[in-house]
Formats: sequence, C-alpha cells, structure tokens
Amino acid sequence: MKRAVERHLNILEFTLASLLRRRAKNLSLLAMYLLVIFMLASLLFFVSALKREAAIILNDAPDMIVQRLMAGRQDLIPAGYAAEIAAIRGVTAVRPRLWGYYYDALNGANYTIIAGDAPTSAPGRATVGAGVAKARNLAVGDLLPLTSYDRAPVMLEIGTIFPSGSDLVAADLIVVSSADFHQLFNFPGGQATDLAVTVRNPRELPTVAAKIASQFPDSRPILKSEIQRTYQSIFDWRGGMTLIVLVSSLLSFIIFSWDKATGLSAEERKEIGILKSIGWETSDVLLLKFWEGIAVSLTAFLLGTVLAYGHVFFLSAPLFAQALKGWSVIYPRFQLVPVVDAYQLALLFFLTVVPYTTATVIPCWRAATIDPDAAMRY
Amino acid sequence: MIELSNITKSFNSGKPNQFTAVDNVTLAVKPGEITVFKGPSGSGKTSLLTVIGCMARPTSGRIFLRGVAAAVPFQHGGLEEVEITSLPERFLNEIRRSTFGFIFQQFNLVKGITVLENVMLPAYPTGEGRGEFRARALNLLEQFSIARLAGQRVDLLSGGELQRVAIARSLINNPSIIIADEPTAHLDSKLSRDFMAIVGRLKGEGKSVLIASHDPIVFDSPFVDTLVEMRDGAVVASRSCR
Repeated sequence: MKRAVERHLNILEFTLASLLRRRAKNLSLLAMYLLVIFMLASLLFFVSALKREAAIILNDAPDMIVQRLMAGRQDLIPAGYAAEIAAIRGVTAVRPRLWGYYYDALNGANYTIIAGDAPTSAPGRATVGAGVAKARNLAVGDLLPLTSYDRAPVMLEIGTIFPSGSDLVAADLIVVSSADFHQLFNFPGGQATDLAVTVRNPRELPTVAAKIASQFPDSRPILKSEIQRTYQSIFDWRGGMTLIVLVSSLLSFIIFSWDKATGLSAEERKEIGILKSIGWETSDVLLLKFWEGIAVSLTAFLLGTVLAYGHVFFLSAPLFAQALKGWSVIYPRFQLVPVVDAYQLALLFFLTVVPYTTATVIPCWRAATIDPDAAMRY
Repeated sequence: MIELSNITKSFNSGKPNQFTAVDNVTLAVKPGEITVFKGPSGSGKTSLLTVIGCMARPTSGRIFLRGVAAAVPFQHGGLEEVEITSLPERFLNEIRRSTFGFIFQQFNLVKGITVLENVMLPAYPTGEGRGEFRARALNLLEQFSIARLAGQRVDLLSGGELQRVAIARSLINNPSIIIADEPTAHLDSKLSRDFMAIVGRLKGEGKSVLIASHDPIVFDSPFVDTLVEMRDGAVVASRSCR
C-alpha cells in the first residue's frame, strides 16, 4: 500500500517537473481552460442564485392573483369582485391592488408605481426604491416631480427610501397613496389592477381558482406556483441564451485542447521510449499522462470555480449582470446569497476534467505500448 | 551467470522483408566481468543486448539468469536460476528495472529536467521512498564528480558530463548487470578512456558489464575480461582477455 502511494507521489512529482518544462505552453493552456471554466461556473452559480432569490421573493407573493381579461388582454377588474371572491369557502382575504408603470422621459427608465396602504402612504408622499433615488438624485425630504396622464405636474415628497438590501424587488419601485395613484393615471374609481387572494389551505388553491373562473367567466386566476414556474423558465432561458454565446468559446477551447492533448510530438514519443527503456511499464507511462491531464484540468477547474464564486457572490457578477438580471435602465444592485448546486458542479467537472484527462491519456496508449528496445535505436 | 541458448532474433517474421539480427547464439557470460561484444554495424550486437536486457523477446531460444537476484515471484529450475524468456511482460519489466542498468549510445536523457531528476527517473515507479533514492542519486553524482551539476538541466551539459549522468542513472536501482550500447560513440579518446576506467571501477564493485562497441579503446582496454566477436548476427569468436 505504502509503495503504491509512493509510486503515485513520485510519478506525480515527475509530472509537475515535466509540465514546468513547457511553461509558456502549459500556462497559456491553463489560462484558457481556466477562463472557460470560470465563465461556465459563473453562469451556473448566477442562474442558480437568481432562481433561488426569485423563489424566496415569491414566497411572500399572494397565493393567487385574479385578473380580468377583455378581448384576451388584461383589463381593470371591478373592486366589487373582491367581496364575492372573499365569500368563497376557504378564502381568507382578498385585496384589490393598484399598480402600473411610469415612463420617466428624463432618463428613459420605467418605474413600477404601486398604491400603498393608508398608514404608510399619505397623499403627497412617496416611498421610492434605491434605484429610483439614484436615477433622480433624491434624498429623503426631496420632491419627486412626476407628470400625470394630462401632463399636469404631481409633486411627491420622498418619505422613505427602501434600503438597497431590497433592491432586487424594490429598485424601480415608487409607492404612492391611492389618491395620488388615481390622479397620476386617471385611474377609474371602483376598479383595481388585479386582486390578491389568500387561501387558508394551499391544497385548495386549484379548487378555489376553478370556482372563481366559473363565477367570473371574464377573470383569470393565476396561482403562485405558476408564477414561480414562469420565473424559473425565464432564468433558464436567459441562462441558456448566455450559454449559447459561451458555446463558441467553449468549442474553440475543446478543439484547441483536443489538438494539444492528442497530438503527440516526436519529442514526447522519444521520451516515452526512454522511460520504457529504463524500466517504466506501460501503466507507469499512462499514469504519468493521467496525472498530467489531471494537474492541468483539475487546477483549472478548482481555480475557475473559486474565481467564479467570488465573481458572482462577492462582486455580483459584473460580466453577466446586464444579460441575466433584466433589460431595464435601472439595474438592481444586490448581493446574491451564495448557493451552489452540487449536481451542476459535478456536471461541469465531468464535462471538462474527464474529457481533457482522457484526451491526454488515450493517444499515449500506442506510444506507451512500444517495445522498450526502440529506445536503443534512436 | 547469463546463459544464452540458441538465441535467434528476427524482425518482420513471415514477411518478405524478414531480417534475422541474431542468429542462433549460444553463449555464457560470467558474472562480475566485463564482456565486450565487438563487430561492425549490423552484426547484431545491439539486438543481442536488448534480448539479454529483457527489452525484447527472442524469436527463439532461451536465456537463463543464474546467481542473479531477480525480482520474480516464482523461479524456474531452482532458486538460483531464472529462465527469463518465458516470463510474462510485467515480470520482465520488474527484472529489467531491478537487475539491469542501461547506458545508451545517445545517452537518452530527458531534456528540460535536471541532472538529478534524470538520474532518479528509473526509481520513480518502483514505489521506493523519494528520500532514499534521492540520497542514492546524490551519492552517485558525487562518485562521478558531477554533484555540482545536480540542479542543472541536462541540455546544458558537455558530452562527457552527459555520459556520466547516463552512467549514474543506470546505477540508481543498484542493478547487478550494466548494459552499455556503443557508449563511446560520441566521446573523444580521453573521455572514452575515462569511461572505461569507470567501468573498471564498477567491475571492482562486483557488477557485470556488457558492452557493445566497435571502438578499439573499449575492446582493447585492460579492464575487459571477455571479447565476443560478432558478424551477421552470429558469434564468430569468443575469447578471454585474461
């Protein structure tokens, strides 16, 4: 046992000395390999973290949202539906919601405007997200001038700015009073954007949804699980798009590494012959090549993964943020909660380290099985 | 004692370009002596040495190692005798590694790594602790007066220094038999005589040395015990120089 371990250690040591001989070539290969792993791992970490973040946020979302459809499009829903839906058995609460989008011609950004509840949102006051505050250079107590539907100015005093920790949900948010909301958009009274429905038993949700759909044929109940699924799909889709962009670099790396790993130079052949002639067995030579492949690919994998972890969870993935977070003028600044998907990491390992190591060992097989006496005739 | 019985080595057997390099050689090589195989190019010296050194199998015939501690789990014909020609590949490797040390015509050192690493190279796969064979390698470099070159890459060495590194490497696993193929082909006369002096010293340490050479400095050396003359794959004369 001790001898077997010593054999591995000795051959590994020679492998490292051997790799250092072609320093520039091997370091450039390592750098390329590292870059590919770094990009892929960053992407994996980022998409996983965003999906988890979205799931956490949606946990606080209402169990069900009821919209009204008109000609296949969402329309305002009569607030009077709320009382009737609340009467359905199993429904705990129904809250009409007022929300919409506001286009800010000053900086081309779209804000989300929500009518808040009375105690927190007094008329003439607003609570804004950190993104809005930054875009409009606002501080608490400043006035935020908005333009209503008829181009009349609406001045709102900033009461609170959401902390940047809530940026993911609140970066582009403006919470105003109901009265200001109606004034801004000429929103008709007795109507709501949608209804937020809370149901006591989550298993009853489909039944309640069916009852609502049957009672109000023009309504569309949307369950929280459906929203969650849509978010997962969106992040998967965005991740997929970025992956496609990365695939070209991945492919060129595969071709490069395949060429490097499989092409056995005359010098390498001669070296294998020398090793065989001085008593190395075929298995020793293959072990040497195995360690060579592992040394390069595992170093790249580990370094690339660690760098990707830092890039995503400490620096908030500056390389991918624009592509993956959204397409708004206001990008939320937020720190992702570290989450590592072991399955995806294992997949990345098997798709990068294993093929490279195999590509290093296989071509040596033939060279390593030559008769040792060939070395006598060089 | 190495005993060769009707050894023939053919290449491309059964093909139109079949070539017999060693033709029915029967010979006994005494232990602790220097035996030189002399003959022109193509006379079969190198092929015979590769067969003796377990680098290649003979096409026919048998080779017995007597009184040589060969590392095989079972031995034919008593404890003191090993018939190596019929052994499986991995046992041949083991014997080659532990019993024979090789010095090649072109030295066959691995470029880009240091002198010390080159000398240690045959010991790496043996499973011996690195500290042990490293100490042995440094000791060998000391013996051959090249200890100062231990950390230097072999690419930068002179012919004589390369030769000494190759000799040190052949001794790292403490073999009882040294095989040298045209060892002075790339050396001037002085270095060739130095080489023979080293070989004489190895003989003094009880090692058997087999040399293939057509260099008069080698086969006329006073250290040589037996001279085997070869031509066209066959032994034409074998005489003691004592």
